[in-house]
Amino acid sequence: MPNAHDVLFRTLSDPTRRALFERLCRDGEQTVGALTARAKVSQPAVSKHLGVLKQAGLVRDRHEGRQTHYSAQLGALAPLLDWTSQMAGFWQNRFDQLEDLLKRMDQ
Amino acid sequence: MSNSATETLSVVVEREVPFPPEKIWRALTQPHLIEEWLMKNDFKPVVDHRFKYRADYLPNGALDCEVLAVEPNRKLSYTWNSTSDTAAFELKSVVTWTLTPTSAGTHLRMEQSGFRADQPQAYQGAKFGWPQFFAKLELVLARAD
Repeated sequence: MPNAHDVLFRTLSDPTRRALFERLCRDGEQTVGALTARAKVSQPAVSKHLGVLKQAGLVRDRHEGRQTHYSAQLGALAPLLDWTSQMAGFWQNRFDQLEDLLKRMDQ
Repeated sequence: MSNSATETLSVVVEREVPFPPEKIWRALTQPHLIEEWLMKNDFKPVVDHRFKYRADYLPNGALDCEVLAVEPNRKLSYTWNSTSDTAAFELKSVVTWTLTPTSAGTHLRMEQSGFRADQPQAYQGAKFGWPQFFAKLELVLARAD
């Protein structure tokens, strides 16, 4: 049984799959058709990627008539994301860049 | 989580920087310098001035900010809010910079406060965690080959 981190990393390591997931995060629930229209791959490929995302718990599907709607499940990222430590990481990184800038600046 | 709904979280980053407060102040308050280490912006060191930090990865591409406090070379504070059609991407926080001169330069402290503890961490983390997360992921993957 692979652990949760392995599954999430493996699932998100594919750029096409990651782009689909990011779109759902940004734009909310969408149909497979709408996702395909803006993806660079075919509808069967989009459906396959969505299936992998669903297995990892990263998206949820909802059937309405003949359409399947997908939405992102951000909660699935919980094992990877700790808000305060992520934000601290963001600022640590900015502090590094600030120090680099200070070294380059004139007195 | 066991936090109460009204409790807020904060992030503090502190560092000893081998430069005088005056120089750091310039990097914190001049838009063309801020852009070099943080983000594009239309900041002015004037209390009540409303401005935006812009970056492609942010919800709606920008943070809505307002200057709260300006004490030249000592303290700078502004709101750091993101609005989004998606409630999960809402963020209201305050960033406060404190500069304290030391014998070797400056003790620089940044506190970002106001995250509500009752919002799921993953949602909050997703907002700013994304770019770092993916950058790290790509590094990990590059090394894994």
